[in-house]
Amino acid sequence: MGAIFRRELKAYFTSPIAYIFIAVFYIYSSLFFVNNNLYYGLTDLSSVFTNVFMILMFLLPLLTMRLFTEELRQRTDQCLLTAPVNLFSIVAGKFLASVCVFLCAMAIYIVYIVVLVYLAGGVAWATVIGNLAALLLLGASFIAIGTFISATTENQVVSAILSFIIIMLFYLIDMLAANVQIEWLRKVMSSLGFYSRYAEFSQGIFSIPNIVFFISTIFIFNFLTMRVLEKRRWS
Amino acid sequence: MIEVQNLTKQYGTKKAVDNLSFTVNDGEILGFLGPNGAGKSTTMNMLTGYISSTEGKALINGIDILDDPIEAKKNIGYLPEIPPLYLDMTVKDYLNFIYDLKKCKLPRKAHLEDVCNLVMIKDVYNRIIRNLSKGYKQRVGLAQALIGNPPILILDEPTVGLDPKQIIEIRSLIKKLGKKHTVILSSHILPEIQAVCDRIIIINGGKIAADDTTENLTKNISTDHKLIARIEGPKDEILKMIKNMPGVVSVVADMEREKGIFDYEIEAKEGVDLRRELFKRVVARNWVILGLKTTEMTLEDIFLKITMGDDVVINTKKNDAEAKAEAADAKAEEYDKLAKKADEASAEAIDEKEGEE
Repeated sequence: MGAIFRRELKAYFTSPIAYIFIAVFYIYSSLFFVNNNLYYGLTDLSSVFTNVFMILMFLLPLLTMRLFTEELRQRTDQCLLTAPVNLFSIVAGKFLASVCVFLCAMAIYIVYIVVLVYLAGGVAWATVIGNLAALLLLGASFIAIGTFISATTENQVVSAILSFIIIMLFYLIDMLAANVQIEWLRKVMSSLGFYSRYAEFSQGIFSIPNIVFFISTIFIFNFLTMRVLEKRRWS
Repeated sequence: MIEVQNLTKQYGTKKAVDNLSFTVNDGEILGFLGPNGAGKSTTMNMLTGYISSTEGKALINGIDILDDPIEAKKNIGYLPEIPPLYLDMTVKDYLNFIYDLKKCKLPRKAHLEDVCNLVMIKDVYNRIIRNLSKGYKQRVGLAQALIGNPPILILDEPTVGLDPKQIIEIRSLIKKLGKKHTVILSSHILPEIQAVCDRIIIINGGKIAADDTTENLTKNISTDHKLIARIEGPKDEILKMIKNMPGVVSVVADMEREKGIFDYEIEAKEGVDLRRELFKRVVARNWVILGLKTTEMTLEDIFLKITMGDDVVINTKKNDAEAKAEAADAKAEEYDKLAKKADEASAEAIDEKEGEE
């Protein structure tokens, strides 16, 4: 796992992808920060956290689009799958490398917090830490979805677009749920919504079910990635 | 040691590999020969655990690749048809990555240096793989397979796309590796297999068409009854003379090699050796034989013959060939006697001449 993780992380930073991803993330989140906090003189970072959801929806598929597509296209998957490592290590190594790049992007929040502490003397620490945890979980869920999609196609563009569509679906699903007449289906659909769960964190609600939901999403999609890779061997 | 038992791979209704069974002993270089799409790569992919088999078993040093893939894979170095190279890495980074990936225990620096020296990629060690030539990429791919010093090497068309000099280098390298490793090598280039391998398995349509040592395969199907003779003399008369020889089926004059010198392709009945008789008749007419060779079947011919659907014939022919060989031996003895007599006669003639002088 270590070898794959290190290689993947290095590949991110030898290609422009990681830099572009991080730069775009910095620009937009800083825009929200300046607009919501500095301009109005607020110390509450919650609106920055909620706004960044949309940015991640577009950005994270770009980060994950090449994870397995490039391996499949260049046939380097043969090297991974014939090496004495199990599928879990391969998927986990790649997933964690992406999460690591995302953590680099999240590091900008330290700057915001420092600025707020310096200007206003402090932040609501519990809310901020809860929000950071939620952002990490949300990002990791998107990355897990993107990783899964990247294992299903050999085309990076298709991979990015498909990931975006699926993430978009999870974003819209609880809004769609309002119009569904069937009781149980509505319940299922509304409980799958990423945004409402994420928004609860930014309101300062640290609920265990929401954490479990995101962690399960991460596990399920990483598991599906492993299944897709395994299925390739059998078909 | 690799044991393959009834290995089958089915894609939909098509069997890409059909009930393959063979054993490769330690230290053997086995060649997989077959036209494109015969199932060579599929077999190799199954042996290395890249794809699974529909039926059957593949045991790598006694470990089933499906039961305990990690242990089995530790014994294998695999060079797939397209070398699995990360183009954006340097050779150094790439080999270090493979070293980590295979959880190699050998001393890192010394081992990587050994491998690089062996495949001669020292001079591109710090270059980005994308910028390397095809030959170097292939060799980096080979280096990747060699890392960790696995006892079994599986090489899928290792010389494809290389220039002649590189082909020779890679071939001699494989021969060298064959002394310490068990090697399976696939190719559709016959001289390559002939030059490198101890044993050949010919695959066609996913089935084994022939499995024998390189020598036997060539020997069994070689033909003494086809000759090419380069003779100096009047073409029409020579043709007529050869046609009149007992046992000749056909004779064709090739292009004129030098002035008044032609190559004649002579086919006799099976089991008839014309060489001595031809020599005598030519000499008796004062013409000169400048060259004489039997057209032994090359692997190309064997290959075509087998893959064109004559595989049944080949197997029965083995016995025929033995019988033929005996018949030929008997004939050869007769001819020897005749030849001796002729020698004596000519010697006498020479003596007489000398005496006259």
